Amino acid sequence: MKRFEPYVFLRDFASRWDVLAFIVVIGLVVFLGETSRGLFAPLTALEVTPISLDPSHLPEYAARTTFRMFAALALSLLFTLTYATWAAKSERAGKLLVPILDILQSVPILGFISITVVFFMSLAPGRVLGAEFAAVFAIFTSQAWNMAFSFYQSLRTIPIELSEAAESFRLSPWMRFWQLEVPFGMPALIWNMMMSMSGGWFFVVASESISVGHTTVALPGVGSYIALAIEQRNLTAIGWAIATMLIVILLYDQLLFRPLVAWVDRFRVEQEPGARVPDSWALTMMRRSRLIQGATLAFHTAVMFTSRAVKRRDQPLRQSSDKPRRSLDLLWVMLIVAAVVAGLWHIVVVLIQNTPLKEALQVCGLASLTMLRVFVLIAFASLVWVPIGVWVGMRPRAAQIVQPIAQFMAAFPANLLFPIAVYGIVRWKLNPDIYLSPLMILGTQWYILFNVIAGASSIPAEMRYVAENFRITGWLWWRKVALPAILPFYVTGAITASGGSWNAAIVAELATWGDTHIQARGLGSYIAEATNAGDFHRIVLGIGAMSLFVVVINRLFWRPLYYYAERKYRLT
Amino acid sequence: MNTTSPLLQCTDVRKAFPKPDGAELLVLEGMNLELREGQIVGLLGRSGSGKSTLLRLIAGLSEPSAGNLRYLGKPISGPAPGIAMVFQSFALFPWLTVFENVALGLEAQRMSRPEIRKRSLAAIDLIGLDGFESAYPRELSGGMRQRVGFARALVVHPNILLMDEPFSALDVLTAETLRTDFLDLWAEGRMPIKGVILVTHNIEEAVLMCDRVLVFGSNPGRILSEIKVALPQPRNRLDPSFRELVERIYVEMTARPAGGAPGRKENFPGLGIGSVLPHVSSNVLAGLMEAVAAPPFNGKADLPEIASDLTMEIDELFPVAETLQMLRFAELEGGDLKLTEDGLAFAHAALDERKRIFTRHLLTYVPLAAHVRRVLDERASHSARKSRFIDELEDFMAEEAAEQSLRAVVSWGRYAEAFAYDDENAMFSLENPT
Repeated sequence: MKRFEPYVFLRDFASRWDVLAFIVVIGLVVFLGETSRGLFAPLTALEVTPISLDPSHLPEYAARTTFRMFAALALSLLFTLTYATWAAKSERAGKLLVPILDILQSVPILGFISITVVFFMSLAPGRVLGAEFAAVFAIFTSQAWNMAFSFYQSLRTIPIELSEAAESFRLSPWMRFWQLEVPFGMPALIWNMMMSMSGGWFFVVASESISVGHTTVALPGVGSYIALAIEQRNLTAIGWAIATMLIVILLYDQLLFRPLVAWVDRFRVEQEPGARVPDSWALTMMRRSRLIQGATLAFHTAVMFTSRAVKRRDQPLRQSSDKPRRSLDLLWVMLIVAAVVAGLWHIVVVLIQNTPLKEALQVCGLASLTMLRVFVLIAFASLVWVPIGVWVGMRPRAAQIVQPIAQFMAAFPANLLFPIAVYGIVRWKLNPDIYLSPLMILGTQWYILFNVIAGASSIPAEMRYVAENFRITGWLWWRKVALPAILPFYVTGAITASGGSWNAAIVAELATWGDTHIQARGLGSYIAEATNAGDFHRIVLGIGAMSLFVVVINRLFWRPLYYYAERKYRLT
Repeated sequence: MNTTSPLLQCTDVRKAFPKPDGAELLVLEGMNLELREGQIVGLLGRSGSGKSTLLRLIAGLSEPSAGNLRYLGKPISGPAPGIAMVFQSFALFPWLTVFENVALGLEAQRMSRPEIRKRSLAAIDLIGLDGFESAYPRELSGGMRQRVGFARALVVHPNILLMDEPFSALDVLTAETLRTDFLDLWAEGRMPIKGVILVTHNIEEAVLMCDRVLVFGSNPGRILSEIKVALPQPRNRLDPSFRELVERIYVEMTARPAGGAPGRKENFPGLGIGSVLPHVSSNVLAGLMEAVAAPPFNGKADLPEIASDLTMEIDELFPVAETLQMLRFAELEGGDLKLTEDGLAFAHAALDERKRIFTRHLLTYVPLAAHVRRVLDERASHSARKSRFIDELEDFMAEEAAEQSLRAVVSWGRYAEAFAYDDENAMFSLENPT
């Protein structure tokens, strides 16, 4: 029998490493070179080679867009691993960092673009690089927050015995991070990365084709392609763009996320033999390929090597006398107060002085209109998707088919439906206040479906047998069995959908098809208009109002509902 | 016994946790303990007696409020290299293989690769995990997982092995196999350890494995007595002297606090509204009374016997027995549980009669229940908020204890139909739901 040999790589490590390093480094250099060729070109270069609607350019555009999205995802990951860790490890910092994250989450993402683009352009004046930075940052803002939240939550829920084991075997903080904390948070993090990628697509159009006031920059990519197609009323091009997106989403789903989800399954802490082990052909391929094995090995070695390099400093346990701590606390509080005062001052100077009361009231009115729209739409979407989700969730095979389709639909940018919406509204002279609204929920309604499916599939078989046994059917079945069982899941989905719809309002309330602009009254179109006009004060006012509304609605409505559902209806 | 300096010495150790209101919750007091080479010392007690807290102090995972802990003569500050721990829930890293789990402690010591490999494989061999090196914990049964836990602790060559109820998450057969294997290795001196501290709430396990057993009492946690187990290994559970020791520990654990004057009244510990009530369901209370009333016990049962009869561990049995005692349905003394007249009557009665007896005892002997009922009676609305009682209780106890006590009273009050409680609105009332 072959004896198990750990660290078998030590024997032929050097040679394989050489080959691997060569391939990886050269490959990376080529990829970076290809995609960043134009980065340092002056902005005017974009005018020389403008976006073309010729489908033969689409592979290149798709590559560049994907590259941007993954760059943003890498940034988000970096942000997650640092920000969330800091928030979880330092009680003092956490008190401030967590609420900040909560607010950031509710700031309309598209608002960031108009505000930040000026800053990023000034980093690399007159060069494409600045615009690239701005685009990547915009995508980053649509991906990072939920990832950070999920990792923060994971860090706070590490089982106490695992962390005691790490402590008692004297792992250094560095080793503890890579061997305990990151693996433990991995499953939730991967899931959120998938969600983030879907969310990112939604805003690709807005982030690649940036226009603030009179400046318009169109970075080569699928987003700009779509923007141009809309401008030129080119339906064929829209079709090509949809096809490209479909292919790209399919590719990274199959090549990246499926394998990741299957691989990360082993990180789940519940140690019961998994009921269903996710499978992925790509993962099987990777596991069998020596190249990929080598890469994971390299990562593993890096973790081990750095773990050795970073020593554990044995420090005495926390002393109970807190004299120095208290003064530090005081300093911290003073810092926060100073920051808040400075922030208030800026708000006062920038906003209040430049905003007549009438304008502020008008913004509040518009926000209420958008709020009404969001609630009505969520209700409509629930009426449609809850029954369907329950039906699908109770049939595992149907769920397998529906899940990936819904995932694709979630990534579908609202802009792609502008042609239909604008055509319909103009043709039949419809009221845009009503008929533009569905665009808001186009991408976000799927979260309701996802969660309801998950909820329905987790109804214990015994509970369903009981219902059958007592012949509980029809409305009674929905009222007493299905709806209560899925409620906690549904609320989670509805919260996400509501947050997303607010964001989408900026895109959806102002539809453009060629030179036809159709506008619904609401906060979204207010911000969109202000952005087009480059009116900085009104942008800030609109974004501030939207953040405020979202935060208040979350605190007063969704959060209590969530806790109520969790407490009363969670099946354990 | 050898006369060299002890491996571990705890003197006057005290541990208290601060409560939100500024007061402190005392969990351990006056703890003195010595571990010498070649000994297995058992810490035996019920949950909440602070035995696991003491183990964590020794492991350097937390710090005492007062007193001294010394390992090899040096004060313990933080996890010491020579002390390793085995956990109740195994605490394996699910993303690491058996080998990687075992090697982790050595990686942390930044030992050379070949050395790590040699020692890890040796530990895996020793503990009987040969062939499982590349398995992930989820692929293993509970017993095999705990073997990994042992190998992981042994691989760092600790002087002291700490075990926190290592067998309590396993089924009876697996636990017994693991205990025997461990004792064999220990007897043959094949493990690189010099002393063991075992936390357990299983009396037989303590007598089976330990050279000395420290019996812990609760509120606050303290050592009630120390019992030497001089029986030769391997020990036989059916051996009369083994049974005798088990019986003796039961007696120790049911002994009244020292200083109480003898007499009937003293068998029932004094109760105010401020005593923490255990959450024991009325079904379990009725079940135990029925079991004691029935033959062969006929109203009076030896605790070890009825425990093994009902396959209950002391952690489960004692709170029930004590609740019966508090309700004056039984007396608890000298390791025996004896039903009172009302206890016997209850056991033989039908449901309605049972409820009548229970109501009478509940409202007479449980001051908190009487208090809730009185408040409801006095109010015109016959209803009261839960928070009202919680606030009152928190003058006497921690928040969790107050919640737990009130939960107990709610469940007993519902069974007795003494009052109703609506969880949704957190309201007590006298009305039955319509």
